[in-house]
Parts: sequence; structure tokens; C-alpha cells
Amino acid sequence: MSLLRLDDVCKSYGTLKVTDHVTLEVAEGEALGIIGPNGAGKSTLFDLITGRVAVGSGTIAFAGADVTTRPATERCRMGLGRSFQIPRPFGRLTVFENLVVGAAFGAGRSESDVTGRCAEILRQTGLLERANTPAGQLPLLQRKRLELARALATDPKLLLLDEIAGGLTESECRSLVETIRAIHAGGTTIVWIEHVLHALTSVVDRLVVLDFGRIIADGKPDAVMASREVREIYLGIEV
Amino acid sequence: MQWIDTILQGLLLGGLYALFATGLSLVFGIMRLVNLAHGDLIVLAAYLILILVSALGIDPFTAALIAAPVMFAVGWALQYVVLNRTLGDDILPPLLVTFGLSIVIQNALLEGFSADSRKIPAGALETQSIALGGINVGVMPVLTFVSAIAVIVALNQLFYRTALGRAFRATSDDPVTAGLMGIRAERLFAKATGIAMVVVTIAALYLGTRANFDPTIGPARLIYAFEAVIIGGLGSFWGTLIGGIIIGVSQAVGAAINPEWQILAGHIAFLIVLLVRPRGLFPRTVG
Repeated sequence: MSLLRLDDVCKSYGTLKVTDHVTLEVAEGEALGIIGPNGAGKSTLFDLITGRVAVGSGTIAFAGADVTTRPATERCRMGLGRSFQIPRPFGRLTVFENLVVGAAFGAGRSESDVTGRCAEILRQTGLLERANTPAGQLPLLQRKRLELARALATDPKLLLLDEIAGGLTESECRSLVETIRAIHAGGTTIVWIEHVLHALTSVVDRLVVLDFGRIIADGKPDAVMASREVREIYLGIEV
Repeated sequence: MQWIDTILQGLLLGGLYALFATGLSLVFGIMRLVNLAHGDLIVLAAYLILILVSALGIDPFTAALIAAPVMFAVGWALQYVVLNRTLGDDILPPLLVTFGLSIVIQNALLEGFSADSRKIPAGALETQSIALGGINVGVMPVLTFVSAIAVIVALNQLFYRTALGRAFRATSDDPVTAGLMGIRAERLFAKATGIAMVVVTIAALYLGTRANFDPTIGPARLIYAFEAVIIGGLGSFWGTLIGGIIIGVSQAVGAAINPEWQILAGHIAFLIVLLVRPRGLFPRTVG
């Protein structure tokens, strides 16, 4: 069953097309990877899905409802969780408070109900020991983990991860992949934009390639990476 | 002894200025909105209390209790219907709109109440005093100062111990991400302005019972409020109290030296702090 469906979605800034007639379906329980060169429109696609940016044309349906014109807050409450490529923690709130905000407002629960759940997410994402640290003081890895943890706190049906492995060391990346794999195994649908291909392909079961806002490939990771067009555009390999 | 008395009176006056400033600080801290009508809203609340006292024959404190939810509703509606539309990257629209609102409020009050000075009667409390050593301190100034501290303690509790406070702080940090976390900024901002108007009502209670007021005194109260907020460091409630106290003490000391220097001394103290600590005494740390 389709959890997310984009139908002929377009977005332009002036004459620059950043999303060009994108039609995409994500099934419930799926782990989808999105790759593409810088400026291909990957993060814009997340902005459109979450309602941070309004679509130019086309429709977006989530969990069976047309959400094209619904505000970002409502989409979050419907189960759309997102992390940012450049972490955007609430710097003056503690790590725990960051999660409580997501859980209380994003998942629509009372604060007394969310404490246990937030502690569990902190444990799952390896942040329990930093629970009372102001989020603005965290190093990069932990900021990335907080992005993931805060998105999880909103109790998402669909988790959108934007280059969450970027800038991490190999061991940090491995540990993060394990966490994401566990989240997916728990039943959360994942769409993951990533440049760290080995991390991405170790989790996702389908890969989409974007170039100049267009989908140029969609399929099993091995098949997509073997495609001549993808290798030329994305990897810069002449074949 | 005379100087101790002067400084004590200035300190207590600082409580009133802190009350003027706290609502302004709250609104600016959460949504970066500079409300140029803040002083006029204090005067509006003072007239509302005056009407309740005159019409119902109740004491001003009970009248303020009735006025507070009314002013909350006024603030909520003002923010939700008008001011939310002005927020964005450009700081000019909220300045223009609140400047216009200031003129509207002043003229509406002039139309309704004339330019005559008014005062809210507080009965025997107006003249009661407490003897502290060799100094007599007025009960109303003490009540004002205690109220300022109570308001700041309450707001700190709200900000750091409740879900609403966390949402205020999160939205203040990053409104876009807060929206993506399910926080409805427009409703949150309306609540913040509503709460600011409750503080405005408390400020109006003491403004109206301690001094004469007329429809045009709002902008001067706004200036004192601005100075207290900036001295304290934008967004810090305790800093706002310290800012109010610095202005109050400076005015009292200035007036003791020469009565014509009262207002000037407060402004000079503000300028000195601005020169020495441009971000105020207790600026918010960047996360």
C-alpha cells in the first residue's frame, strides 16, 4: 500500500526548475534511497513533501489524504518526520527538551505521556548520556543523532533523512547505519537522501536518482548503480 | 540616610519599569516583534481598570483581575488577526503597523476620555507606608516591586517548566523547524501576546494607582520599557528587572541632585550601558 505519492510535482524558482514533473510512490514499510549530484533538487523534494515549501503544480498524497496545500504542522502531526542536512537543533533547549517538543507537539501527546518514550529514543540513538546538555553544545555526530532522535519523537509513519551520514567518520557512520536499520526494522518507512553510498545501499531496498529536478532512474540499488546514465551523471564515470 | 532613601525609592520605581518592559521583552524574545504600541496598550489597560473601578465600585486589584483576561483576549486577537500577518524577514511591516496602532489607541482614548489626566483610586493604600529603620517606604511601591518579581518568577516557571514554555523557546530558536515539529507558530504567538497583555494589565494597575495618566503618555512608557529591555539584554526577564532598576535608581538619583535631571539621568544611564555593553548586561547566549 502506498504511504506517500507525488504526482507530477513541479517547483521552479524563476526560470530554474528545481523539481521537474516528479512522480514517485513510496510503499508502507519501504526504505527508499535518493541520490543525485549537488543541486539536483533532493532537499527541495523533502521541503515540498513536508510543506516547508509550496509546490508549483502537481499533488502530494500522504497516508491516503491529499496534503498538497496542508501546512507543515499538520503534515508533521499526520506522521511526516524529517531531519535536516545541516542540523537545526533548538540550541537553547536541552537534548531531552528537543525531543519532548517533537513528541508533545508533533505526536500530539501530553508531556507526562512522552517522558518514557523520549528516554527510549535517546537510548536508541545513543544520546541518553547527553539528555541534559544544551543542544547547541553538541558535536556534529551527536547533532546528527539529535536530528534523527527529534524526528523519531514526532512518531513518524514516514521518516525523511537528509544526508544524515555526511561528515561522519567511518565508525560513526557504521553506528548510525545500525540505528537507522533498527528504526526501519521497527516498521518505520524511510526515505533517505545520502551521498555516502555504501551506508545508503546497506539500508535501502530501492534507489531513485535525481538530476536537475528530474527522476532519471528508479529501481533496485544494484540495477540503478549499474545504469550507464547514472554512472555518467552521478559518478562522473565515462562509459 | 537621604541617599539610601533615594536609592531605595529608585529601586522600587525600577519594579514599575520592569513591569512595563517584561511584556515587551516576552514578545520580542519569542517572535522578534517590536511592538511600538506597547506603551499605549498599558494606558488602554489602565483605562479599562478605571472603568471597572468606577462602574462596579470595586477595588483596583479586583478590577485588574477582571481586566487581565479581557486584555489577554485583546492581545490574542491582535496578534492572530493583525500582527501575525506582518511577521517575516522584513522588520518594517510590524514597526509600521504597531506605530499605526499606537496612534489609533491614543486617538480612540482621547475621543472616549478626553485629554484630562486620570488616576485610579486605591483608597488608603495610596498613602500607607512601612517604616524600615529610619526610612518610610510606600506600600504601593513595595507592592509594585514584589509584583514585578512575582511576574518574572512566574514567566520563568512558564518558560522552563511547561510544554508551552518549551514551545516558546523552540519557536524563538528556529520557527521553521518548530513548524516542522508540529508547533503552530501563529497560535503560539497569539498566546505569547495574550500573556504579555496580562503583564501589561499588572503594569497598568500600578501605573494608574501611583500616578496620573492620560491618553498620550504611552510612548514615554514605551521608551522606559525599551531602555530596561536593552540594558538587561534582549530576552532575559531577570535582566529586564535589573534594567528597570538601573533606570529607576538613575532617575531617583538625578532628581535628588536636580529635579530637572530625573528623566535625563535615566536616559544617560541607558546610553552608558549601551556604550559599555552594547548587547546589554545579560545577553542570551547563542546556541
